[in-house]
Amino acid sequence: MSMTVLTVDDSRTMREMLRLALTEAGYRVLQAEDGLHGLEVLASETPEVIVTDINMPRMDGFGFIEEVRSDPLHRGVPILVLTTESDAEKKNRARMAGATGWIVKPFNPVKLVDAIRRVAA
Amino acid sequence: MDPLAAIRETFFQECEEQLAELESGLLAMEAGDTDPETINAVFRAVHSIKGGAGAFSLEALVRFAHVFETALDEMRSGRLAATNEVLKTLLRAADVLADHVRAAHDGSAVDEAHTAELAEELKALDPNAAAGGEAESEEDWGDFEFKPMAVAAPEAPPAAGGWRVRFAPRADLYAKANEAALLLRELARLGETTVELDVSALPALADLDPEAAYLAWTVTLTGAADEAAVREVFEFVDGDCELEVSRLAAAGADDAAPLVEDTGETLDIGALLARVQAVADPPPPPLEAPPAAPAPAAVATPQDPSSPPDGQGQPRKPEAGATIRVDLERVDRLIDLVGELVINQAMLSQRVMEAGFARASGVAMGLDELEQLTREIQDSVMAIRAQPVKSVFQRMPRLVREVAAMTGKPVRLVTDGEGTEVDKTVIERLADPLTHMIRNAIDHGLESPEKRAAAGKPAEGVVRLAAAHRSGRIVIEVADDGGGINRERVKSIAIEKGLIAPEAALNDEEIDNLIFMPGFSTASEISDISGRGVGMDVVRRSIQALGGRITISSRPGKGSTFTMSLPLTLAVLDGMVVSVQGQTLVAPITAIVETLLPKPGDVHSLGGSARVIAIRDTYVPLIDVGQALGYRAGPLDATQGVALLIEGEGGARAALLVDAIQGQRQVVIKSLEANYQQVPGVAAATILGDGRVALILDIDTIVAVSRGADSLRAEKRLAATG
Repeated sequence: MSMTVLTVDDSRTMREMLRLALTEAGYRVLQAEDGLHGLEVLASETPEVIVTDINMPRMDGFGFIEEVRSDPLHRGVPILVLTTESDAEKKNRARMAGATGWIVKPFNPVKLVDAIRRVAA
Repeated sequence: MDPLAAIRETFFQECEEQLAELESGLLAMEAGDTDPETINAVFRAVHSIKGGAGAFSLEALVRFAHVFETALDEMRSGRLAATNEVLKTLLRAADVLADHVRAAHDGSAVDEAHTAELAEELKALDPNAAAGGEAESEEDWGDFEFKPMAVAAPEAPPAAGGWRVRFAPRADLYAKANEAALLLRELARLGETTVELDVSALPALADLDPEAAYLAWTVTLTGAADEAAVREVFEFVDGDCELEVSRLAAAGADDAAPLVEDTGETLDIGALLARVQAVADPPPPPLEAPPAAPAPAAVATPQDPSSPPDGQGQPRKPEAGATIRVDLERVDRLIDLVGELVINQAMLSQRVMEAGFARASGVAMGLDELEQLTREIQDSVMAIRAQPVKSVFQRMPRLVREVAAMTGKPVRLVTDGEGTEVDKTVIERLADPLTHMIRNAIDHGLESPEKRAAAGKPAEGVVRLAAAHRSGRIVIEVADDGGGINRERVKSIAIEKGLIAPEAALNDEEIDNLIFMPGFSTASEISDISGRGVGMDVVRRSIQALGGRITISSRPGKGSTFTMSLPLTLAVLDGMVVSVQGQTLVAPITAIVETLLPKPGDVHSLGGSARVIAIRDTYVPLIDVGQALGYRAGPLDATQGVALLIEGEGGARAALLVDAIQGQRQVVIKSLEANYQQVPGVAAATILGDGRVALILDIDTIVAVSRGADSLRAEKRLAATG
């Protein structure tokens, strides 16, 4: 039973990249295009890890993380923030919202898988 | 396709979408849009391009996108005002970004100097960049190489003995879904560990708060790991726990290295992916019991990494609606088949009529329904090929900016009716003529700012590009508010070039139409912009090749308007079926203004075979189609036939004399050139209900040939078409 990862990113390229890296690493991958869509996916799925972008239309990563953390069903799921924003302010805001960890773009599949292993059983 | 190459293609496709979004957002802002979501969308577009480019190590693209993004971020946070000046710079930066994307895609070169220039302009926009901005951005670059993540750690020499780590999580750590057990497991990867659990803070069960944190651990780690590696394990929980790392007294050091070595090397993504499987030890079983196997959801992607990354099962952006990609060939095959169906249905109807079934009979009524359904199928199939003209319109703002910069004329482009749909082939073949006409409108149409000022006009010229559906055709207008056509000059050039006789008496309209003649160019010197060896004659020819017409109307001092009228599809035509000397022919209905039965007094001979017919208070040439196409030697008595009053290109009128009108019908166009060869006077062919081939008339050529034994214009036209 492989672990399920939900990826939330508005960029099709990033979603595909994440999917390739994660399926390669043996995970089952769910995809969402923004925070709201991510919440829709969570209505019927229970991923073991969420990887989310910050900058997205409709609902950004901060809002999405807050929503997940206030949902009794999913509040315990590790959330990794995947973003090019490496400055301390963004990172702090993500952590305040409840992010478990972060991965700095550009996308590096080894780091991604490593970070997932660090937060998920 | 290899999955990575497929993602690369996805990236470039997405870039095109982002670039379109970027441009339309900036243009909206230029037009006064102050919605914060617009600048956010603009920012996101550049941000996404940068993100993807980073993953593919497209360094030049990343570098420019970064500078661009920084400027947009300033604007997004309100530190940079969206003035027109600033937006103009941003729009030009968007063009450079587009160049970089395309260069990265097809490996072409970009204009480095231009890029550097724009990058400087962008940096100059940032009020904070003036002092010390450079250093800051240099530092930022670090993120775009695969360097280790910065960890606040003093430079510690590798400890020979190892480390003692005391770790006491706070409740926040758990609230963010971090897991003490995982951190300890991670620490254990660095070397040999001995873990002591400190339960001294644990209260009695009755007092236990399930959300609080009570436990602490002390880990003794032996091995070669340095302090930074140890602290990196706790990187995510920094601030949510108490952490003490102190050096152990020397002890036997193990050679355990971290499993994932952060070497800081820059690696190609393909190579990194190859490592993933090696690094990702099969995900260990979850700590808790796994949930019951979840039902496969629509959003779940296939497990098989070799399956094509086609985004299948993943909903598109809501506004885009559900779409599928289909090979154009399949659509065209479908259109062909529907064409055959239409012909077959018409034949069947005719047979049934001939068999003498009553109109009210079940067979005839069923056939009526079939006819209606066939029509609907045909319309629906044609709609598959229809696309909004937006795809070609949105290439024009950039062109306008470039030509405006080259000519030094400030220009505003106004577009209208971008959603108007027309056949894909028509759209594709519109780009070149439109490009040329817009160049012309700015280069030749608009006056210099000084002349405009003298004429009391605003310095900024306006070029308007509009599309609309009108009576089953698409009408596209390119208008400028310039000085209009200088008729004196046009006429003298035409005489000088021998295009018209010096004594020719032409009305304004005819003079304006001279610019469509081959070899005509009003520019006294060939400019960089419009003078690329093609003139308006080429534009007209490409419009005609699409079954379209182009006309010009010009008002001195007010500007010129070019109007193109094109068929919505190249596959069917609304035709008037006529008989001529026992032949069945089809005239395109769009060209026919009215039909009339000539009376004896209406027709006047001009000597030879030339005749004119009086229609209300004007005379128009009367052309016997049978004679023009060689079906009969002598002219038909006009009173024995029907005259079709037609309006050719440029608004020239003529009357075509035919023997009789059979009716009006939509016909499927079958190219004659593809199956036989081009015949002057015949545009194409079709198959009628009785199964016979009927020729579709090329009205403009027939008119030109018949009128123009003495007219040079006609010869030119024939040369152009034949």
